[in-house]
Amino acid sequence: MAYALQQLINGVTLGMIYGLIAVGYTMVYGIIGMINFAHGDIFMVGAFLSLIALLGLSILGITSVPLALALTLVFAAGLAALYGWTVERVAYRPLRGSFRLAPLISAIGMSITLQNFVQVSQGARVKPIDAVIPGGFQVMQQDGFTVQLSWMQIAIVVTTLIVLGIFTWLVTRTPLGRSMRACEQDLKMASLLGIDTDRTISLTFVIGAALAAVAGLMFLLYYGVIDFYIGFIAGVKAFTAAVLGGIGSLPGAVLGGLLIGLIEVFWSAYFSVEYKDVAAFSILAIALIFLPTGILGRAEVEKV
Amino acid sequence: MLEVSGLTMRFGGLKAVDGLSFAARAGEITAVIGPNGAGKTTVFNCITGFYRPTEGSIVLTHPSGERFPLQRMPGHRIASAAKVARTFQNIRLFAGMTVLENLLVAQHNRLMASTGFGVLAVLGLSRYPAAERAAVDKARHWLDAIGLTERADDPAGALPYGAQRRLEIARAMCIDPVLLCLDEPAAGLNPRESEELNQLLLKIRGEGCSLLLIEHDMGVVMKISDHIVVLDHGKKISDGTPQDVRADPAVIAAYLGEGEEDEEVEVQA
Repeated sequence: MAYALQQLINGVTLGMIYGLIAVGYTMVYGIIGMINFAHGDIFMVGAFLSLIALLGLSILGITSVPLALALTLVFAAGLAALYGWTVERVAYRPLRGSFRLAPLISAIGMSITLQNFVQVSQGARVKPIDAVIPGGFQVMQQDGFTVQLSWMQIAIVVTTLIVLGIFTWLVTRTPLGRSMRACEQDLKMASLLGIDTDRTISLTFVIGAALAAVAGLMFLLYYGVIDFYIGFIAGVKAFTAAVLGGIGSLPGAVLGGLLIGLIEVFWSAYFSVEYKDVAAFSILAIALIFLPTGILGRAEVEKV
Repeated sequence: MLEVSGLTMRFGGLKAVDGLSFAARAGEITAVIGPNGAGKTTVFNCITGFYRPTEGSIVLTHPSGERFPLQRMPGHRIASAAKVARTFQNIRLFAGMTVLENLLVAQHNRLMASTGFGVLAVLGLSRYPAAERAAVDKARHWLDAIGLTERADDPAGALPYGAQRRLEIARAMCIDPVLLCLDEPAAGLNPRESEELNQLLLKIRGEGCSLLLIEHDMGVVMKISDHIVVLDHGKKISDGTPQDVRADPAVIAAYLGEGEEDEEVEVQA
């Protein structure tokens, strides 16, 4: 019981990180019907930017943890947004209107480019960081097993919920979000109503990249080590989460992320750690077979 | 107002529109009619930036005297700067958004400017609330005009067919167009709905917006148009008032076949 509760806490924390990345996949898919394979690498870039910011701030002598984290968040999200914008501008926009696979191939190229760029500029070795928010408290004790809830986990869950809250407000309540949803439903019609669709698509990439950077910071804080390759596995898992939740659906992405996080953690806890990725991807296969539109996805209606 | 000259649109070897020239005058309802495949929708697609014409020019002149060469403008600028709106033969509402949201999306540019393109809205500093109220007021005005005020918060996809058509027109009006292009607005409407549509179109003309209309329902065309352009095989075969066009032998021939003996019958009709 206590053991399972501990796994639940760990799973939710991890799931939140996946959910944040999955939102970026699902938004881009929703609006231009493309899987942005470079998104996982934007997440990785976000993690590196966070690392650089945290180290830089400690050199500058900013020791207040909340202040340092807030500054890091803004720095990493801002610069990653710039990366996201650039990737869209350079690799996807020129190919819009070309055949369907072209941007997909371009996305894989962007993914490899970003990985190699970070590998060359930051080195290939794993980068460790000291725990920024140490400690935690005991939730309960049972049969000699202590359930720990660390401050870090609380910080991750709370930050993610706040970021997702702001994001949901942006999409449902502002003219920007309204135009994003309009573009998602009918790009051509949105353009006929005077919406600059290219700009709306750019903004989608910018917002997705900023969310991925927040996830990158969370990942860095949670695991304490990053390398240039983390974007691939995390990206594929977040993509799985997006598909599981129903690609194109924003609440679905978060729900899918939570499920993938929980599945991965419980599998590691009760079966084997080595096969945790197999468990996560088996879910993708099963979801694609039995639930092709995902949990909250809507059936694709062909327009005639 | 709108001047189309020498418009040609080629798809591979097929000329869908062939050297077409016509003009639509300000404050009038101009109907474009013709048999199926005459190139009417292609003309609309060229005017609204869906297609780049192979040759020719389409110039829109605003009441202010400003001129817009539509054939060279990107799609969204045709709506936001040149103020040309259109509706489709098959309804293209944002079905997953509410009726009110559909009308607000069309006012996107003004709302975005008032929020500093989203940046200021996040910081909570903007004239946004006032702009949003103005946008909602305009939306209400059109909801009243189309009789859908009570359904403002329903998803647009849940409305009955006739209401969806009226909503699509209202949405187009929310961009404050100087020219509204309607592609078969009466298609699939029953006689009562069709009559309501006529009243709506006349009201729109009354508010100073010019209309360009593709329509098969001759009842609608003859009753409300000020000026009719008839196309056949991508070429203009007649142009004039409803009375002129109705009497034109070329029009009758195009509609009922071109055989000699047919023609006699139709001239009598």
